Amino acid sequence: MPITVAIVFLLITVGSVVFHFWSPWWWTEVASNWGGMDDTIILTFWITGFVFVVICLFVSYCVWKFAYKKERRAEYKPEDKKLEARLTWITTLGVAALLAPGLVVWNSYVTVPENAYKVEVFAYQWGWKYRLPGNDGILGKTDIRYINDENPFGLILEDPNGKDDRLVDGDELHLLLDRPVKFELRTIDVLHNFYVPQFRGKMDMVPGIITYYWITPTRTGDFEVLCAEYCGSGHYAMRGRVIVDKEQDYKKWEAKQITFEKMLAKNKNNNNLQLAKSSK
Amino acid sequence: MSDEYEHKIEAKSDYVSDASSVSTPDIDAVPESELPDQDLYHSHSWWTTYVFSQDAKYIGIQYALTAIGTGLLGLVLSWIMRIQLAFPGLGWLEPAAYYQFVTMHGMIMVIYLLTALFLGGFGNLLIPLMCGSRDMAFPYVNMLSYWAFVVAVLVLLASFFVPGGPTGAGWTLYPPQAITAGTPGSDMGIILMLISLILFVAGFTMGGLNYIITVLQLRARGMTLMRLPLTIWGIFTATVLAMLAFPALLVGCLMMTLDSLIGTSFFMPAMVSLGEKLSYDGGSPILFQHLFWFFGHPEVYIVALPAFGIVSDLLSVHARKTIFGYRMMVWAIVGIGALSFFVWAHHMYVSGMNPWFGFFFATTTLIIAVPTAIKVYNWILTLWKGNIQLSLPMLFSLAFIVTFLNGGLTGLFLGNVTVDVPLSDTYFVVAHFHMVMGIAPILVVFGAIYHWYPLITGRMMDETLGKIHFWITFVGSYAIYFPMHYQGFVGVPRRYFEIYDSPYIETSTLLLNQFITIAALIVGAAQLVFLYNLITSVRLGKKAEKNPWKANSLEWQTPQMPPEHGNWGKETPKVYRWAYDFSVPGAKEDYIPQNQPPSEIIGAKVEKT
Amino acid sequence: MSKAKNIFGLLAEKPWEKGQIESDNKHEGQTLSLSKYKVGLRTIMAVSIVLFSLFIVAYSDRMLVSDWKNMPEPWLLWLNTGILILSSIVFYLTENYSKKDLYERTKNGLYFIGFLAYAFLIGQLIVWYQLMSTGYYATTNVANAFFYLFTTLHGLHLIGGIYFWGKTTAKFLKKNNDKKDINHQIEICGTYWHFLLAVWIVLFGLMLSS
Repeated sequence: MPITVAIVFLLITVGSVVFHFWSPWWWTEVASNWGGMDDTIILTFWITGFVFVVICLFVSYCVWKFAYKKERRAEYKPEDKKLEARLTWITTLGVAALLAPGLVVWNSYVTVPENAYKVEVFAYQWGWKYRLPGNDGILGKTDIRYINDENPFGLILEDPNGKDDRLVDGDELHLLLDRPVKFELRTIDVLHNFYVPQFRGKMDMVPGIITYYWITPTRTGDFEVLCAEYCGSGHYAMRGRVIVDKEQDYKKWEAKQITFEKMLAKNKNNNNLQLAKSSK
Repeated sequence: MSDEYEHKIEAKSDYVSDASSVSTPDIDAVPESELPDQDLYHSHSWWTTYVFSQDAKYIGIQYALTAIGTGLLGLVLSWIMRIQLAFPGLGWLEPAAYYQFVTMHGMIMVIYLLTALFLGGFGNLLIPLMCGSRDMAFPYVNMLSYWAFVVAVLVLLASFFVPGGPTGAGWTLYPPQAITAGTPGSDMGIILMLISLILFVAGFTMGGLNYIITVLQLRARGMTLMRLPLTIWGIFTATVLAMLAFPALLVGCLMMTLDSLIGTSFFMPAMVSLGEKLSYDGGSPILFQHLFWFFGHPEVYIVALPAFGIVSDLLSVHARKTIFGYRMMVWAIVGIGALSFFVWAHHMYVSGMNPWFGFFFATTTLIIAVPTAIKVYNWILTLWKGNIQLSLPMLFSLAFIVTFLNGGLTGLFLGNVTVDVPLSDTYFVVAHFHMVMGIAPILVVFGAIYHWYPLITGRMMDETLGKIHFWITFVGSYAIYFPMHYQGFVGVPRRYFEIYDSPYIETSTLLLNQFITIAALIVGAAQLVFLYNLITSVRLGKKAEKNPWKANSLEWQTPQMPPEHGNWGKETPKVYRWAYDFSVPGAKEDYIPQNQPPSEIIGAKVEKT
Repeated sequence: MSKAKNIFGLLAEKPWEKGQIESDNKHEGQTLSLSKYKVGLRTIMAVSIVLFSLFIVAYSDRMLVSDWKNMPEPWLLWLNTGILILSSIVFYLTENYSKKDLYERTKNGLYFIGFLAYAFLIGQLIVWYQLMSTGYYATTNVANAFFYLFTTLHGLHLIGGIYFWGKTTAKFLKKNNDKKDINHQIEICGTYWHFLLAVWIVLFGLMLSS
């Protein structure tokens, strides 16, 4: 019996390691500059994996070696200060080795480069919209009170920076390869989270404030956007697309997006048309 | 650390001494207590004996059964969810129902099962018995505590039957979605949930008052705090945490109830919900998250610390060995408890709070890993050179070590702020917390039930059924949650009703989903074996001898087993040693109960290393 | 034996060592030399302090948002505060009377305390009424909501206090009771009264200062 138990514990340990190295389930190929996050995970895997295996093997060994015998007595040893101190120090070192690189990467994650291109990601129940800053490179100010059918982003009409902002029609965002981009995350209703698995980055969107994170796309491709913060019944269906383009394709797409000014003008015409129609 | 000392008692051949007649006064003498014996409430009618009982043992059983009953509902909900995830084609759930089940499953398991079971159940059963008291300090308040819990459970269950159904806000109940129209159960359901939580907190505070005061003030003669079994240390520290952490939940619940019912804006910002501008303005959703996790993180340890304590005792008794590093274990429990109030925002790295907090909370979180690791080392060092009986409690404890180790190590991933960014809100998180605060504590619960069942019923549970239950539960739940981490790596987000059409998720991931679901159904079914064993052993179980595991702690030393009202007959016990004198060199038996007078021990000669 | 020891010294004890065993065997099994009711009251007060502290933190956090509009402070609140202070003073005196065994004075003291407590609660309700009739509803601004919330919670604490005051008074009037017991109970009730006064002064001060 003890030997069986020991073997099962051993098998679970070995099985876990085998599964880790040979199962097909692993992360998607990274498409941003956050390869550092993957590296930290790998480092964490080696350290924690080592601890896991050693302790499990130790348990299996004890179960087999120190199985109950009536005539035997266990050792009487209330404590061993030296051993405990040693283990404490080793653990502290291991933990520090995990933490230090993590904090370095986090520092660069929260420090946005100054030349980063700003894009507003606009979330609502349950979909995505985007706004590009236009030629002045500045996103116009917004206020939720300004939101109406003609001004779906709630841009403050008096703010001149908003006039040339490009409003993306549809839930498809294009990004330029190798250009750092800062996502300015905004939601008009509940919490959401802008998440592209291949980019690794993530941040909640909170009504009332603008949150952010930044990435540099490092390979072209077509990626899916998921909402990663539960936001109600439609949470699972809140998907979008991000496409990373080379310069030429990107320019083509950008030119197609209409500016806020044009949109206002167009809406006015529509309204006038409708007024004209209804007065007939 | 090399000073040696000896017990005064030398070996006295094989002569078995008799309690009073041979005791030498200078060894056994303990001055009479200056404190009066506890007043006991004696019940007079059927109602006050069996329903509104004021006997802590009985309240403990009531708590445990209510909690387990509620937990079974949580288990069934998880089956339904897993089937939806693996076989979305069956289409037997609406998204709204799925989210409602997710929410109720989470809340039931964390609060109404684990917290109530460990503190209300094991706390009530074991505190008076292990401390050597006759009952809790305030038995009447203790009774109220249980009935407040019952009402809380009933209010929770009632939410299934109101229009709109129970809340589907996720167990974290984040505003604004918790109370706005896009979320299922956002009017009646959430209100009932909040009321139920408020009742639970009120009831728990009454119970917690009892646990704290009984441990501090009503112990037996000679029972110093450092002689207490680690079970009591775990439950006591967890209770202190709960008393300090639950107010945060209460504050959050009260303010959200007002936001929802009368339209204040504590947490609710200006928003456009599904095309309609709401009248809220200026509230801070992140404030709620801070309050919630200021409760929520200690809550993890409110569940874990009693499990730590209990498993330490199970390991020690069934390995016939002194727990290794008792003092270090106590320090770790107290240290983890204190630190747990400084790590809450590690649940909020990507919540939109000031990202610079990340540095502080990542550091504190990883610091808490050190005392936790020490506990694991001490558990396995207790096995080293032990005399390990592979009884059911021992098997469950071993399984706990592996499961908890796995879950604890993945905690190092999520606590390290950078690693958390890609993994948060994915199945990695789901796998992590189920491993560490779902399966691991539940394994301890099972071990504890098999261990203390004879104390409650006077009979043993069936060993064969127990082993079947053990192997399926342990291996099965490992098979559920270990692969689930890898779904998280792939990037499968949690709380998704279905994910099958995502381009980056390969079909093999869906196969894995089906495997996990099948494993979950099997593990769930194995719990029926346990329930059958639990129920039938009351009548059919083998009669247990007194102190069947040959344990040292006081709960096994009552004059009757199961203990009667008042626990100790005429006189409360006198305690002569700590709870871990197993395999003392020279002693005839490999255990020395805490209340055995020194004169009765044959040939004990203790050497300290 | 059971004097409160330095907590670190206590945690450093080695319960398996001979010297420790000998001194441990004489231990009374009680950690604090207080009655269980006193420890109970302290525990409740600790929980209450955490509760109100968290509310204060929430208040300070929420105050920073621009939509915050301060509320007027009705003069009646000052009167209510005065009533509460007076009831605390009377309670202090009553504790002394009861220790000195002055039956009549203690009785009058207890009655007066009850009267003041009810007067305070009614006073608070009138403040509510005044505020609402001038348009300061909980929904108008979150500052008002906090005011109503704080006063309600404080009031509920006081109602709990009145319940125990009632029990204490009833016990006191049953002349044949144990004197020591009654003194003890009045003392505990008094401590709670002073505690509630302190809580109110902190809350009132907080609302005044913002």
